[in-house]
Order: sequence, then C-alpha cells, then structure tokens
Amino acid sequence: VKLGLALERLLSGEQRLARDYRAVAERRRDDHDVHHECSSFARQCEAHAEALRPHIRRYAKGASVDAPGPAIPEPGGLELLDDLRSLFLAAEGVSILWMMAGQAAQAARDRELLDVVRSCHSETELQVKWLVARIKVAAPQALVAT
Amino acid sequence: VSDRIKNPWGERTPHPAASSWLERVDLQLASGVSEHDVRWIQSACVLCSNGCALDIGVLDGRIVGVRGRGVDRVNHGRLGPKGLFGWQANNATDRLTRPFVRRDGELRETDWDTAMGAVATRARELLDSIGPGAIGFYSSGQLFLEDYYTLALVARGGIGTHHLDGNTRLCTATAGQALKETFGSDGQPASYGDVEHCDTLFHVGINVAETQTVLWMRMLDRLHGPDRPRLVVIDPRTTYAAREADVHLPIRNGTNVALLNALIHELIANDWVDRDWVNAHTVGFDALAQTVASTSPEWAAEICRVPAAPIREAAQILGEAELLLSFVLQGVYQSHGATAAACQVNNINLLRGMIGRPGAGVLQMNGQPTAQNTRETGCNGDLPGFRNWQNDEHVRELAELWNVDELQIPHWGPPTHAMEIFRYAEQGSIKLLWIIGTNPAVSLPDLQRIRRILARDELLVVVSDAFLTETGAFADVVLPAALWGEKTGTFTNADRTVHLSERAVEPPGEARPDMEILLDFAERLGLRDKNGRPLVKWRTPEECFEAWKECSRGRPCDYSGLSYEKLRGGSGIQWPCTDEAPDGTERLYTDGVFVTFPERCEDYGHELVTGATFTEAEFKAMGANGRAILRPATYTPPHEEPSDEYPFVLNTGRTVYHFHTRTKTGRAAELRAAAPDAWVELAPSDAERIGVQEGDRVRVETPRGAIEADARVTGIREGVVFVPFHYGYWDTDEPEGPDGRPRAANELTMTIWDPVSKQPVFKTAAARVVKR
Repeated sequence: VKLGLALERLLSGEQRLARDYRAVAERRRDDHDVHHECSSFARQCEAHAEALRPHIRRYAKGASVDAPGPAIPEPGGLELLDDLRSLFLAAEGVSILWMMAGQAAQAARDRELLDVVRSCHSETELQVKWLVARIKVAAPQALVAT
Repeated sequence: VSDRIKNPWGERTPHPAASSWLERVDLQLASGVSEHDVRWIQSACVLCSNGCALDIGVLDGRIVGVRGRGVDRVNHGRLGPKGLFGWQANNATDRLTRPFVRRDGELRETDWDTAMGAVATRARELLDSIGPGAIGFYSSGQLFLEDYYTLALVARGGIGTHHLDGNTRLCTATAGQALKETFGSDGQPASYGDVEHCDTLFHVGINVAETQTVLWMRMLDRLHGPDRPRLVVIDPRTTYAAREADVHLPIRNGTNVALLNALIHELIANDWVDRDWVNAHTVGFDALAQTVASTSPEWAAEICRVPAAPIREAAQILGEAELLLSFVLQGVYQSHGATAAACQVNNINLLRGMIGRPGAGVLQMNGQPTAQNTRETGCNGDLPGFRNWQNDEHVRELAELWNVDELQIPHWGPPTHAMEIFRYAEQGSIKLLWIIGTNPAVSLPDLQRIRRILARDELLVVVSDAFLTETGAFADVVLPAALWGEKTGTFTNADRTVHLSERAVEPPGEARPDMEILLDFAERLGLRDKNGRPLVKWRTPEECFEAWKECSRGRPCDYSGLSYEKLRGGSGIQWPCTDEAPDGTERLYTDGVFVTFPERCEDYGHELVTGATFTEAEFKAMGANGRAILRPATYTPPHEEPSDEYPFVLNTGRTVYHFHTRTKTGRAAELRAAAPDAWVELAPSDAERIGVQEGDRVRVETPRGAIEADARVTGIREGVVFVPFHYGYWDTDEPEGPDGRPRAANELTMTIWDPVSKQPVFKTAAARVVKR
C-alpha cells in the first residue's frame, strides 16, 4: 500500500503551504486582507496537517519525502501577484493530493480518513477559490495601471 | 426647544397593533420667526437613513427652520433632534464659497475656471499616459440620486475607471451584500409600516434610539401601547432599546455569528421552522442545519460570554413569534463576520417563513441618508440598476443605455472597494483621487495611515465639500459644493421611500451642486459617447431623473412610474414604482419569489467566511431559481483579540446628537452643546480596576495610535471600551490636531474589512486604557 506515502506527501504539502501562507502574510502586511486571510489559511493548513497525522501513523512504513517547495519569489514590481500566484500553485497541488487521498481512502474502505479528507479538501478548494478571486482583482491594476 | 435635546423622541402617541401610527407634526424655527411668516419648501431630512419628510422654512432667502410633513408615510410629521436643529449648518459663516488651489504648499482662493481646469488637465494627462486606472473617486452617503447617477456615468462610462466607491462602504455595504447573498438582489424586503403589525421585534447590533430616532419613536409607540410586541436586543452596550427589551444579550464584540448560529440551532432543534414554506421557497437548508448542528447555546455562551439560558429564551421568543420583524445595523455591519452575521438574520426570518407579509420581514438598515441611492446608481461598488458585473447581458444593457462600448465599462471584477482605492493611492497607481462630500481623514480606519496617503506628493487630491474639513486640509484642489436645500433632487431612505427635495435657497457665494460640478468636468474632459456626442445627455436634475428611470426600468429598483410631479405634494413613494404599481410597493417578495434567477440576479454570491466569489456556473448549480438562499457561515474569531498588553475590546459608534464627522451637526449650536467632545465609556468594574472615575481624563491606546478623552462609567459590558467616532479636529483649540490632543476614534481602529462586503471593521480591536 502506497497510501502512507501519499499521505506523507500531503502532510508535507500542507506544512509547506502553511509556511508559504505565513511568509506571504508577513510580507504583505500592507495588503491587509491578504495578510489576514493568509494568516487564517496558514492556521487551516496546520489544522489539516494535525488531522492527517494519526492516519499517517497507521499507514506509515517509514517512507520519506520529498521534493522542494515552490521557490519564494524575488521582490519586484508585481510582488503581490507573484506571491498570490505561487500560493495558488501550491494550494492546487495540495488540493490534488487531497483528491488522491480521498480516492485511496475509498479503495481502502477507511471511513475515518475519508471524513478527514472530506472536511479538509473542501477548505483547500475554498483557499484556491479565494486566491483566484484575489488574483483577478489585483491583476488589472498591477499589469495595466502601473 | 431644548426638551428635544433632553428627550430626543418627544411625547408618546401609543396605539394598538394594526392601527395606523398617529400624526405628530414637529416644528423648529429660528427664534423670533413665526410659522406663518415663512415660505415652506418640500424636502426630507439628510441626517440619517430614516429619510423623514419635512418642509424647509425660508424667510428673506435664508433657511429659518423645518417642519415635519404629517402626510408622509415615513415619519407622520415627526423629526429627530438632528433634523430639528441640523439645518443651521447651511447658514454657517465658514461655508466654502470659492474654489481653492494649492500653490507653494498653501491653499489659495481662485476661480472655478482655474480650479476645474487644473483637475481636468491632470485627468486628461493621466488618461493619455496611463489610462483610467490612475483615477479614483470616493464619494458620500449624502449626495442626491442625480449627483450619484451623473458620477456613475462619468466615472464608469466616461473615464472608464473601476475605482468608484463611497463612504457608504463604511455604513451600508454589508446591508446591500447580505440582501444580494440571500435574495439575489439588493432591495429592502420589509417596510417601516411593518412596525405597526409585528408581534416581535428583533434588534441585532442596531442602536436605533440614537441612529434612527424617528423609527425608534415608531417602535416606542408600539412598545408603550396595547398589544406590546416582544423585543429581543443583541448589543454589547445597554442601549435605550436594550432597556426596553424582554431579552438583552450583551455579547462580546465580534461574536455575532456564534450567537446567531446558536439561535438557528435552537430554532431547528425545537422545530420552530416553517418546513413547508422553507421547502417551497428556499434552498440550502441541509447545509445550514449541518453548520449549526453543534452550535448549541452552551457553545455560544463560551464564545459570546453571555449565559446559555437567555440565549434559549431569546430563541424561544423568535421561535414562537407570529409576526417577526428583524433589524440589523452597524453592530453587525462594522463588526467581525459582517456579511456572515447579516445573512444569518435573513436565515432566521426565512426559517420562520417570516417575510413578505405585514409585520413579518427583515430590514437590513442603512447608515447614511442617501446610502440607498449609491447602491442603486452604481456608486458603491455596484453597477447601476442592481446589475451584475459578472453578467455580460447586464453590462451590454448598460452600454446600450449609455451608448458606449461594452469594454469601456470596467467589469472584469467587482468594482474597487474603498479600502483598496486607498491602497492603490498608497502604492501610487492611483494618482488622482477625487473625494466628494466626505471626510476620510476622520472616518476611515487607522488615520495615521490615511493622513500619510492623502499627503503623498504624487497624489492629486480633489475635494468637493461645503466646508473645509480635515480631509480638505490635504487637498490640492477644493471645490465649494451646495448643500441640501440649495439644490433640487431626490433621495431614497432605508425602506425604499423616494422623496423629492426642492431648492429652497441659493447656494452661498460660488458654491455649486455636485451634479453641475461633474457636468462641468465631463465637458472639460470632452467625454463622448460612441457617436461622438456628449456622454452626459442631461443638464437639469429632472432630466437626470428621467434618464435614471430608464436605467432602472425592469430592474428590482424600478423608478419608471415615478416623476418629480408625482413626488410633489403628498407622501414619499416606495420603489418599485411602475405602470403596474403606480403607487409604489410597500413590501417585496409578497409571493415568496425572490430575485435568484441567474439572468436577473445582481450577484452570484460568495462563500461567507473567506469571501471567495461564486461563478455563474456555481450559482446555477444551486438551482435557486426564485427561491431564497440559506447561506451558512461558521464562526471564526476576530482578527485582533485582547491580550495582556491590550486587554480591552474597542467598540466605536454614534451619539444621537451627531452625524458622521460633525461637519453639519457640529455647526448647530444645540447639537454641539449637547455633545461637545469625545468621551470614553467604561464598565464600572473596569473603571474601578484602573482607578478611573466619571469625568477623569483617560488615554486609550492600540497598536495603531492613541486618543485622550474624559471617561464615562456606563452599563457597557466588562472588558469593552466605547469611543464615539464623530470627533475630529476642525473645531478644537489645538490646530496641530492629532499631534496635540488626539481624539478621533479612528486613530485606534485597524485596517481590515469584511471579506464579502469589504466593509471596514470598526468594532473589534484590542486596546488598553490608562488614566492620564
């Protein structure tokens, strides 16, 4: 069973995403909504990681992870857009991992894990939706009016 | 006279349920003037959202008083203290009568041609070099419909900027948004006449006795009459309404969603739900029930810091009500979880099937007098006529109406909200900011930041106003504007009542109505339609009103059956007013059919906690199609919670004697004397702990800034400190303003807004209080 590996990857994906959200929240203190929303998303990702942890123990076979996280963008004229785009890519990656975990949990008839996946995955999807909406609002001013 | 300062609501005229509210004509005249000497000119009050009809008394070309219009449905002749005394501001000796332009760092008097030339020249340069995104407008909640519609056309259709919002973002954005989320479109469901019929009043974060005095008179005449309705009040302060309440829940600031979810939990758990009606007329029940499954009164009691028993009691009153009338205002709109909480109040009425009938409904109240018109005309982050920016057909209609290319009207996202406009100005991408009839240097959160933005060298600040405000002091160009009573136009109150306000006197000096200023600007800028004709086709307010009727025709806010002539003489009239409903419409949704059809709705809605936007496809997938939407929201804690360093929760708000930043009410002697200075409210236990007595000078500090004012020890809940937000610096003895004795509440507040309505949060911040 490779589910343990998949869950570990998901765990580290959430942890990395939490770090990314925190980093952006810190960098974007003056974009106040981004600051607050990313802070609360970071807490959400950490909660996701905690919810996953007991299930990883159940499946873990000592398989270790993993690929490096998305690079922190260099500061520049379009920093906010860059930050939001990186978060979007990372959150999308995590979202797909949740989807995979959910499929596997069904195949493994693991109801408890399935419950965790259902509640966490919908929150990750909301994060993605928020990021898309925020990027749509930020792009015209950043790309045309500056 | 001064009895209306001591008793702002006047004498009671109690009456039984379902009988009409008695007439009581309130009158105020300058001393020595008799009622029969004056010429009376029809108007309505612009000092709160109630929109009381009045006549302006004129003698020798000056305003000398006001008299309530007994014939009008809104006030039946009554006026509140602001209405009775506030007109004196028109006659103030420090009115702006000439334009000013800044030269060598100083504002210097000039003529209109020079001032407007400077604005138009810079606007043209920016349009040619950068484009419309470099220009922003920030308007008011006190202009007339005709001013707003002209502004919307000039900004959105002419210049083509997305950056048009008003200070109504601070007062009414959540009301509009909550109506869109639940019912598919803005539009007040209920009517003030429902007060006469209801058997239960539900007040959520509304200090109505101070904010809408005449509406409170209307409620008092039921509460002190036979068939007294029951009253449930949610408010951290012991307001006048709280003292009249059957149940008062003084919750901790920022926890509205938790409390409302507990109330909904109880309604469902006790089956106080009109199941048949809910099945037929709503969608989303299962998701809502799931969200509140665990939000018991005990759970909420922990968060809100009120016992579970009165929460249960309140739920029972709501659950057993036969005619439930709910009211919501700034305690929700300016608090944490604003739209989420406002929608839960809608949900409570929907679960009970209490909407669209006499006495049963929701009033998502407005703050400012003409806030409703900013929402209708597209000046408050909406497109005109409650059109949906995500609906290409709606944008096409507007483009056709204005005879401009569709791409000229920005609709790639929601119109830029006020706080984002200031962010763009802070970053430098907005280079011209025109501020019309409002005072952000006192009213926006975190004033040190706002002053820093307004002072930026790269930003051309244009201010049109009747007085030189704290904001005007930062202006590069100041344009003198006519006030109410000095121009003709219409405006609409919180229950959709449209009033005509006629010009009673000439504006002082060279002051001009805002609409005329905008027409001049459009002409200088050479704004044209697709055929090369002038973009703005009207010259007079009445011509503008006729154009607006066409813009609103067929939309929920339909004015097509109204005219200036029809509004003259009698009562104000509620929209929609059409050929089919020529006398207007008292309440919406009487047939239980809502505006949630994808092709008709104003908004596809949002997830309430993050504010993530739903798409057309997602909206369609809900299958509402005329049914109201029960939108759930989970509770999240406020962004800034009390700590050891900042142990208090800061609450800001209003007094009955003043409006907004006191530019008008601070110039009326009676109102000024009644509440001359800021104060700090503390609970007795907190006052004792920090060694403060009534009248002691205290200093309130937050991570943003500090203020100093005298303490009042009141019935506020422990751990909460209240500061009125009206007070700035224009009338203090300390010209250095905040560097002398800071007293503006917004020195303290934080820059954060509701994720859905984008209304700034003024009611939750961590603070400390020390004795001076």
